[in-house]
Amino acid sequence: MSTQLSTQLLDPEYAFRPAQPVLSAEERNRLQGIALTLRRDIIEMTAAAQSGHPGGSLSAADIVTCLYFSILRHRPQDPHWPDRDRFVLSKGHAAPVLYAALAEAGYFPREQLQTLRRLHSPLQGHPDMRKLPGVEASTGSLGQGLSIGNGMALAGKLDGRDYRVYVLMGDGEIQEGMVWEAAMTSVHRHLDNLTAFVDYNQLQIDGRVTDIKSLTHVGRRFAAFGWHVLEIDGHDLDAIHAAVQDAQRTKGRPTLIVAHTIKGKGVPFMEDQVEWHGTAPKPDQAKEALAQLGAGGKEAAQA
Amino acid sequence: MNLEQIDEAQDRRGQAEGGPAFLRRDRSQKEATRVAYGKALLELGRENPQVVVLDADLSKSTHTGAFAKEFPERFFDMGIAEQDMMGTAAGLAFCGKTVFASSFAIFATGRAFDQVRNTICYPALNVKIAATHAGITVGEDGGSHEAIEDVALMRSIPNMTVVVPADATETRLAVKAAAAWEGPVYLRLGRLDVPVLFDEGYPFRIGKAVRLREGRDVALIANGVMVAAALEAADRLARDGIEARVINMSTVKPIDAEEIEAAARECGALVTAEEHNVLGGLGSAVAEVVVQRRPVPMALVGVQDRFGQSGKPLELLEEYGLTAADVEAAARQVVARKGR
Ligand SMILES: Cc1ncc(C[n+]2csc(CCOP(=O)(O)OP(=O)(O)O)c2C)c(N)n1
Ligand SMILES: [Mg+2]
Repeated sequence: MSTQLSTQLLDPEYAFRPAQPVLSAEERNRLQGIALTLRRDIIEMTAAAQSGHPGGSLSAADIVTCLYFSILRHRPQDPHWPDRDRFVLSKGHAAPVLYAALAEAGYFPREQLQTLRRLHSPLQGHPDMRKLPGVEASTGSLGQGLSIGNGMALAGKLDGRDYRVYVLMGDGEIQEGMVWEAAMTSVHRHLDNLTAFVDYNQLQIDGRVTDIKSLTHVGRRFAAFGWHVLEIDGHDLDAIHAAVQDAQRTKGRPTLIVAHTIKGKGVPFMEDQVEWHGTAPKPDQAKEALAQLGAGGKEAAQA
Repeated sequence: MNLEQIDEAQDRRGQAEGGPAFLRRDRSQKEATRVAYGKALLELGRENPQVVVLDADLSKSTHTGAFAKEFPERFFDMGIAEQDMMGTAAGLAFCGKTVFASSFAIFATGRAFDQVRNTICYPALNVKIAATHAGITVGEDGGSHEAIEDVALMRSIPNMTVVVPADATETRLAVKAAAAWEGPVYLRLGRLDVPVLFDEGYPFRIGKAVRLREGRDVALIANGVMVAAALEAADRLARDGIEARVINMSTVKPIDAEEIEAAARECGALVTAEEHNVLGGLGSAVAEVVVQRRPVPMALVGVQDRFGQSGKPLELLEEYGLTAADVEAAARQVVARKGR
């Protein structure tokens, strides 16, 4: 059984749960199906590459699904459309979830997913915007995505464009000092067209975030900097959707969504296990993972 | 030959005709230099209570983990905060500690460059930066994680010493030597399992090149993973009667100018080989000596000013022109240019 997240963990000060569902049953079903497809792709890609980062890709799958398939204004056939919303995967090691989403959205053929991390593949180990359409920023060196997002948000304001910018960071990642420099910039520049997520799965590579360098009350820390802060269950599609809507309504300051998640979510033997940060499943493990995830993606969800 | 065969040929290379006693004939044993670093650090920790170790959330990959386990009170995991790590290392060194600070080469030198330059090297502190996952043999993680400029960055800072060990044996000796050395040291280590080339008698000294093979037609000056390739290239050249001298220039700074000058004088042509951008690394360091002391034809084997990418390490060495065959071809080319 897949672990359920306890919403008791949310900081009561910033806990955010929509009073009633914001998605129609049909829409929720559709998104759940896509999230499952992305999770299956993550397992298959990393297994094919025998390399890569399944844990942090799986924990972000629901956020990425919600963004690419119900929130972002984008045109897969026209990846450079100037008015598109921007998504910056600051935690670049979660490239598999981004690639799975881009393929599902039609940026490139699904077959290419199997070339992850191979020589000459556009699907580099960490996102390379010069090699793959749809990748908004080359990332992989942690801690830099929020600054990039700030720059994009500033450019949007300068050019009078109404696109929005979304940045996804890891919780270990925000130990980087640059994140906090950027956090000051976002507030100082009133970047209300910017929304940042922290994938709060409480694990990094060497162990639990609390043991390595604690980040308790991460919401309060950002709030003290002047951010509008929301804490949600990062696997609850309605909560993700509603939180982004709330961010869109918030004027004059940026919004941080602390998404409480489970690393490895959806594959019980990977869940909350630090070992699955950067280890690819062996063929038999991949088989087991796919069986546990359940067949079918979209088709199964529709059935 | 495919990659596996090339690899095997290198292993089997049972060069019967002498060579120094410490140079292994059987090169089938393999160990990554990062693994050797982890072991050496543990020995060092037992010998010297002033040694402290810092890491930035990569202790499993850099192999500082064994030290952390045995000496938890002398190990500080700084989290994903390389700049903070280098500043903290400086503070510890100010208070008399010998500090080893580890991360991937790209982050240790790139992310924390100013901290290394201004806070560690300017006051010449006893901080030893042992950076793993250098070069393109990182493999699948790709260009964002493959440091091809770290030697250039570190070598250009006054007071900094730069060492690029070729194998596990040299790494162990270099870690000990770095701890005993006054001032900052950059140790460049790899992720990939590489052949153990040297036995215990290997005469490692910081600043001293080691001649691995005699020859007077051309000198192959290499470090890191390229030393094995240079030895293999020398074997191939010998089949055509070209006698190549092979020099392990593991210390890039302070560079062994005497050995370079002797090679230029006695061989008349040089090839450098490094797993690094040809701009600013070993090749540049050797060229700086050669142009000032004894200009001779020279070729630089290395990454030709392009970023790395994802792939298997051996595939990447081939893609980027860093095989024994590439060293051999460069040697033939400089030999042909001699006396023209
Ligand atoms: C600047 C930098 N330092 C170190 C790394 C190596 N690294 C890759 S992932 C990772 C841990 C990330 O943890 P977290 O941000 O919590 O990501 P998640 O749990 O979502 O996978 C580290 C240290 C890096 N990519 N960039
Ligand atoms: Mg995490």
